[in-house]
Formats: sequence, C-alpha cells, structure tokens
Amino acid sequence: MSAGEVHAAAERTARASYGRLVSLLAAPTGDLALAEDALSAAFEQALLRWPRDGIPGNPEAWLLTVARNRQRDTWKSAYNRAFAPLEAAGWEGRDAMPADEPDVDAMGDKRLELLFVCAHPAIDPGIRTPLMLQTVLGFDAARIAAVFAVPAAAMAQRLVRAKRKIKEARIPFTVPDRGAMPGRLPAVLEAIYGCYAMAWLDEGWEAAAQGDGPEQGPDLSGEAQYLALTLARTLETEPEAWGLAALITLSMSRRPGRSDEGREFVPLGEQDTSRWDASLLAQGEALLGLAVPPGLPGRFQLEAAIQAVHCARARTGLTDWAALHTLYAALLVVAPSLGAQVALAAVAGRTGEPASGLAALDALAATGTAAGRAAVAAFQPFHAARAELLARSGRTAEASAEFTVAAGLARQPAVRNYLLGRAELSRLG
Amino acid sequence: MRYTLLLHYPEMDAEALGAEALAEGQRAFASYAATLHQAGVLVSAEVLQPSSSTTTLTMVEGALAVQDGPFADTREQLGGSFVLDVDDLDAAIDWARQAPAIEWGAVEVRPGAVFTVDGAWRPNE
Repeated sequence: MSAGEVHAAAERTARASYGRLVSLLAAPTGDLALAEDALSAAFEQALLRWPRDGIPGNPEAWLLTVARNRQRDTWKSAYNRAFAPLEAAGWEGRDAMPADEPDVDAMGDKRLELLFVCAHPAIDPGIRTPLMLQTVLGFDAARIAAVFAVPAAAMAQRLVRAKRKIKEARIPFTVPDRGAMPGRLPAVLEAIYGCYAMAWLDEGWEAAAQGDGPEQGPDLSGEAQYLALTLARTLETEPEAWGLAALITLSMSRRPGRSDEGREFVPLGEQDTSRWDASLLAQGEALLGLAVPPGLPGRFQLEAAIQAVHCARARTGLTDWAALHTLYAALLVVAPSLGAQVALAAVAGRTGEPASGLAALDALAATGTAAGRAAVAAFQPFHAARAELLARSGRTAEASAEFTVAAGLARQPAVRNYLLGRAELSRLG
Repeated sequence: MRYTLLLHYPEMDAEALGAEALAEGQRAFASYAATLHQAGVLVSAEVLQPSSSTTTLTMVEGALAVQDGPFADTREQLGGSFVLDVDDLDAAIDWARQAPAIEWGAVEVRPGAVFTVDGAWRPNE
C-alpha cells in the first residue's frame, strides 16, 4: 500500500472520527488536552504501522486503543512521580482500560456531551466557538486564530486555559436533562452559529465562492452545518436545533449565487436562482419542517424561515416581502438585535414606500444612548440598507455618500467593490 | 471532588440590617447548612466576623507589618465559606445557586487542589 493511500485513509478517519474519539477519550476525566495528545500520537503510529501491516478492519477502534494506551502511560508516570515512595499497589485497581479491542459503536457518541462542555456557562463565551472547532472538528490553533483574526499564540493560550479549566473545575461530560436544557441549549446553538458566522467573514471563503480550486480557505460553513445536524439529530425534538440546522443549510444553498461569471459579488435580490444549490435548498426546507415548536418559534427557526422566504424565489420568482416583514417583526420580539431592527426597516421600505423604511432607520440612529447611536453609526448593514432606500427614493447624491460609507465598513473586498460601484452609479445617476 | 463556595457581599452591621432581617438571614443559613448536611455533601462551613475585626499581616522589606483591616479594601468582602464534596462542577453550581448569600452578593465556586487529612496533604479527586 502506498504512503499516499495510507495518508488518505488516516485523514478520512481523522475527519470523520476526530471529535468522536476525543470525546470518548476525554469524557471519563475531562482532560481534553491529554485526549488530543494521545489521539495525535495514535495518528502518528497509524502512519508508521498501516503501510506495513495494512489498514485495520476498524480504524477507529485501532486508534482508540492506541490512544488509550498512551493515556494510560501518561497517568501511570504521573502517578509514579507523585507517589514514588509509596507502594503503587492501588494503581492496577484504578486501571479501567479494557485489554481487548473496544467496540466503538457500542460506546455511543460523546460528541454531544463535548458540545455542551465547550459551551458550558463556566467557559468564557468568546472561546466557546474556537473550543468546538478544535476539540470536535480537530482544527489546529493557528487555523482557528486565522479565522478569528487574532495572533496564533494568543489563541493557543486561550484554548489551553479553557481546557485546563474544564479539567480542574471538573466540568462534567453530560447532556443537561430536560429541566436544565432551556438554560443550556442557547449557548451551544450560539457557538455553532458562531462557526457559521465566521465562515461569512472569512476571507478564504470569498476565494472558495469564486471557485479558485485547491487554494480555498477553511470552509467553516460545512463544518457548522455538520455540528448543527449532529446536535439536532441527537436531541431529536429540540425545534431550535432543527431551526439552526435549517438556517445554515438554506443559507449555504444560496452561496453559489453570490458571484457569477461577470461579477465577484451579486446582492441577494439580483442573484440568479438557477445557480443556487437545489439539493441543499430542499434539505434545508425539510429540516425546517422538522422544527415543530410547542409554543412560539424561537430565534433560529425565525431566521431559518426568513432564509426560506428568500429561497422560495427559486420556485415562485418573487420575494414575499410581507412575509419577511412579519418574520422580522417576530424576530425582534424573540431576539431583539440591531441587525433585526435594520432588516425590518429595510423590508418596510420594500413593502411600503422607501420613505417609511428611511424614517425607521433614521429613528434608529437618533434614539437610544450615545453608545447605542455609535453602534448604529458603525454598523455596516445600517448604511447599506439606508443607501439602497435612498437610491430607490431617487435621492442620488445622498445615496452615493451612504454607499461610500457602507463600502468603508465592509470586511469583504468583493462587497466593498460592489458598494463602491453603486456609489459611483448613484453619483452619475 | 471538593469545591469551596466563597461568599462575597457588602458588609452591613446588625444595626443597619435590623433585627428582623438579621434573624431571617440566620434562619436561611441554618436551613441551608442542614440541607447540605442531609444531602451528605457538606464538609465544613464558616461564617466570618466582619472585616472591621480582621487583622492583616504582611512582610514589608523583611519586617513583619501587622495592620488593622482586610487585605483587599473593596465594597464586597469575603463573608464566609462552605466546603462541599460533590461529583462535578454542575453539582457544585446547583448547590451554590441555593446559597442564601446569592441574594445580597456573589458566590464563587472554586475547586480545591489539595486538602489535609490528619495533617497530610491529599489530592482533591
């Protein structure tokens, strides 16, 4: 067997099983750092042994056994260091490692427990998403740091600190019971959504969207979808988990439409729906159908429904602005945010006169605290929405100025260029 | 696994608090301790005298300095502690949120590292 084939097999197993193996290894003690070290040592062993001995029938079980042996060696030497003068008689009794090959399938899946550990209330909210990317998906600290635009050493240090806290404070690898679930689930959904939001901000994504081939950046949206689906399928009846899976899937389905042959960025309303991914779109709609809330729909179901309305244009050829208005109004009640306020105003400018939307936006900029007004002034979507409505009102000079402001606040070069183009058009118009 | 609940709250003397509130607080602490004991998780508990009665020792340039007052001069002061022996952080948090002191201050949940048994250190696990 060639080294290339072995590499490919090891990488396949790593990709499919990483989080599953890490969570199985870490769950008994909460020591994630040791579990990751043991697993990476097992992967190294695999690259040495598999070319010689062949790929084992059950690569997961092989890796788990080797990693567990490595864990046991570490514990044993730590124990011997701490209690060297003492009789180490107690050790064998503490050793719960099975000698035989473990039955991985019978051990179930501890990834869900790991997701709840990563988003535990005792963990700093800012490190929850990076922690998931590393421990569940196997991303290294440098790659995560690049996505979050922070120095690699700083990200590595924060991840180490979070893992030490999990171990030393003994955060349990458990799924909260029904009673505690409402308090714990939102943080997990939020962190998974964070993976997805990062994908949109990621510069590498722009390259991927343009089909630049092998030089693509990390595709976090696929990973976020995988986490959301894992969560929803394991919890079975949590409407918000299905809502998040639907939101991410529907949003992904429109991705191929964000650019075309001539343009590096195409705004939603002008996207050619035949470019959208029909199978992802259908999957997303089916997922949203699985979210059956007992009461009012939650934030992610509403956001998924908003995506579904946009996606429906592929079938109907029209955007149902009235439905969007209703959904954004509901979203503002369930989960108030500046983004939802701006979106509602923008939609109001489409269902009615542009002036009514502009009035809502101007009211947003004029009310609230000084800090709140500053947040509005720095919020890119506010300026983009305002520029669009000004252009629709024929107030071309003001539209041009507002498009320029929006362009200055845009993080993605393709979006920036598009907005600068609109500013120029308005100036001439 | 041992956790210490550290109770931090603004200090009020008995006069400012009033007899009724004081008695109410004492009843709440008594019932909390009894509940912890009954559940078999209470290792020890202590409520401290106000920081006005504390004395702080430091070494200043090699010489012992003995000073009136607490080490940290903050509005909230360490007022007491409960040492619990439970399975994990979730269990400790569950007990911590029932501490009466949560009504008037902060409850810090801190895992122990080592503790003594008959004068010898033992790891917390």
